[in-house]
Amino acid sequence: MDLSFTAEQIAFREEVRAIILASLPEHLRRKAEIDAHFEPDEVKEWHRILYAKGWAAPHWPAAYGGPGLDVTRRFILTEELELSGAPTLSPFGLMMVGPLLMQYGTDAQKKRFLPKILDGSEVWCQGYSEPNAGSDLASLQCRAQDDGKGNFVVNGQKTWTTYAQYADWMFCLVRTDPAAKKQAGISFLLIDMKTPGVLAKPMLTTGGTPAFCETFLEDVVVPRDNLVGPLHGGWTIAKSLLGHERTLIGAVGTSRRALRRVKQIAKATPFGDATLLEHPGIRSKIARLEIKLRAHQMTNYRAVASAQLGHAPGPESSILKIRGSEILQQCFELAMEVMGHDSLAWENTLGVIPPAEQNIASAFNYTRATTIYGGSNEIQKNIIAKLVLRLPST
Amino acid sequence: MDFELTQDQKMISESAAAFARRESPVTRLRALRADPLGYTKATWKKMGELGWLGILLPAAVGGFGGSFVDAGLILEALGSTLVPEPFLASVVLAGSAIRLAGSDAQRERYLGPLVTGDTTLAFAYAESAGRYDPAHVTVRASKDGRGYRLSGKKSFVLNGHAADVIVVSARTSGGDAESRGVSLFLVDPKERGVRVQPIQTMDGHHAAMVAFEDVALGPEHRLGDEDGALATVERVLDYGSAAACAEGVGVLKRSLDMTIEYLGTREQFGVKIGSFQALQHRAVDMFVELETARSTSILASIRADDDDDIERKAAISTAKVQLAVSGRFVTQQAIQLHGGIGVTDEHDIGLYFKRMHVLNALFGDEEFHVARYASLPSFHGGRGAVA
Repeated sequence: MDLSFTAEQIAFREEVRAIILASLPEHLRRKAEIDAHFEPDEVKEWHRILYAKGWAAPHWPAAYGGPGLDVTRRFILTEELELSGAPTLSPFGLMMVGPLLMQYGTDAQKKRFLPKILDGSEVWCQGYSEPNAGSDLASLQCRAQDDGKGNFVVNGQKTWTTYAQYADWMFCLVRTDPAAKKQAGISFLLIDMKTPGVLAKPMLTTGGTPAFCETFLEDVVVPRDNLVGPLHGGWTIAKSLLGHERTLIGAVGTSRRALRRVKQIAKATPFGDATLLEHPGIRSKIARLEIKLRAHQMTNYRAVASAQLGHAPGPESSILKIRGSEILQQCFELAMEVMGHDSLAWENTLGVIPPAEQNIASAFNYTRATTIYGGSNEIQKNIIAKLVLRLPST
Repeated sequence: MDFELTQDQKMISESAAAFARRESPVTRLRALRADPLGYTKATWKKMGELGWLGILLPAAVGGFGGSFVDAGLILEALGSTLVPEPFLASVVLAGSAIRLAGSDAQRERYLGPLVTGDTTLAFAYAESAGRYDPAHVTVRASKDGRGYRLSGKKSFVLNGHAADVIVVSARTSGGDAESRGVSLFLVDPKERGVRVQPIQTMDGHHAAMVAFEDVALGPEHRLGDEDGALATVERVLDYGSAAACAEGVGVLKRSLDMTIEYLGTREQFGVKIGSFQALQHRAVDMFVELETARSTSILASIRADDDDDIERKAAISTAKVQLAVSGRFVTQQAIQLHGGIGVTDEHDIGLYFKRMHVLNALFGDEEFHVARYASLPSFHGGRGAVA
């Protein structure tokens, strides 16, 4: 057993870190330093820079223009990107529909979509959830009917379509066979957001960002060529995404950065003759959370090392989402506690609280979503109970 | 990064698991609880023949020269059926102390018979007022000619009731909690002035409170440098913590397995209770804790042999805290999900709960290791920092 990274991996990490630092434009760097919220244009700008370096999609194979990195280097690159505070690229194209197209798409679909996902010129959103289909996703009702002229006509409503207002395309689960058992009548469609009848209405999140949308689809005409995989075969495709890139969802780098911020704030906050980092209770809380994070990091390392050897995801990888999402929430919760009265401040308070604290309150609110999106942690637990622990079903 | 077991390690792990299952199922601990020794010399000898007692020891004394990861594999198996033999006390604690600090002659004399299973050892470091501070040593070894006179009391000496030799930390200079001035001695409990009061610990194992009254020791009984043994004691306790974590993973894995089995057979309201979502989620929470404790146990096993103090202490304290958190949760919930039967002495789950508590309370509890972790330079942005 060996815990250490190889000399080449360490050199790669250093190279990555140096290049990220050197490539972040000044205006983004200033925002990154205080973990500020990035606007969609800024995310796109960073996407273009990473694309030029060949690093927009750490996990994409070289055949599709990815850097062809092995599992461990992908993890290192992802962790360093998270640690840097640089904008997080939109995951919907790079992490979700891209890999699905590689697996299920036609040659024409791959050729049409993958290059623009990779270079960031087309931004995607995810049309899965509906007002009455959340955790019970397979009960979705958004309807796609064959018009007999080589098109589907789509009618329905999607919700929690993150940043749909800025998206060029949406990958969407639609019901193509209402008579079939619910999972069996679903298809996977790619919808151009500029098509008449598509309306994305932003909703303000508790974090103060317009991250969510309700997306309405009214007689939206979608060419049959935009069907991915077999007709009525969409559920299998959507489910297969759960097996993708389990090693990159632990958010280890993001939580490390957040916890570093917690310490930084504690150290800058006076407590008696010392700082809050010396407050026995606070210090103990920070240490416990760091220990939890270190344990989680180790679980992530186990998953990476196992995937590196080509093994199927083991039991350790199934807990990365649950654990990673909880820890990230706890980091911001602790940051708020450390801030004390400063945590009362809300937007437009420039100068009222230190810059390092400026965006904590928004993240504290918005990260409540981490245990909900991508299949809520309760759904993850249902899956583990069934597939890993093999507990009896009702 | 590589967490695969080598062929040799797979063999150790499989043979240890088979041994635990066949030679020492939980019924054995149950039966031996009332026995004054609490284990059997025959089984100890057999463990020697399998090469386990020398797993951490060099070939010069007949050992296997393995890493702590190898020992961890054995410990996990021992934990899975609560094997009562004094592997932790003899091999991990006292054996490591003698390996780290002993002269060639001392190693040969004390470790040779340990490897073959002819002797057992103990490591006496805890004192009633010292809590978990290894520097808190009030047992005194006063100079007496070329030798020493040993006086004072040690508490909860694991296997102290039966050990052929006890390694004792004693103060040769300095105040009661000073780092400098701690030395180690090899004491034969049959020496005049050694009073061994056998006790049973909660987990059905046996130990002793040991008092020394003016015990005469020759210079050859001192283990390592005079006054400078604290670093050795700390390393030995780190080995103890790593061992507790490895054994603990075995304890927790079996606790979860028993619980899952129970959820799959017990029926109420006309269905298997494991079909209830509230209980399924609890079982998944237990699984998450088990796998997290396994992750940190691997971390601790790998770092236990590391001479880099900061990396080692950070890893060991991480693992010991995680063991406490996960261990408590898994064994408490295992009882909860078993219902009333889980609180009876006749059901095994209570024995796992008890062993888990003992492992948590040894070598520094959760609070101790949180504080130690927070005192390391790596917590304050230095080398090895995570955040």
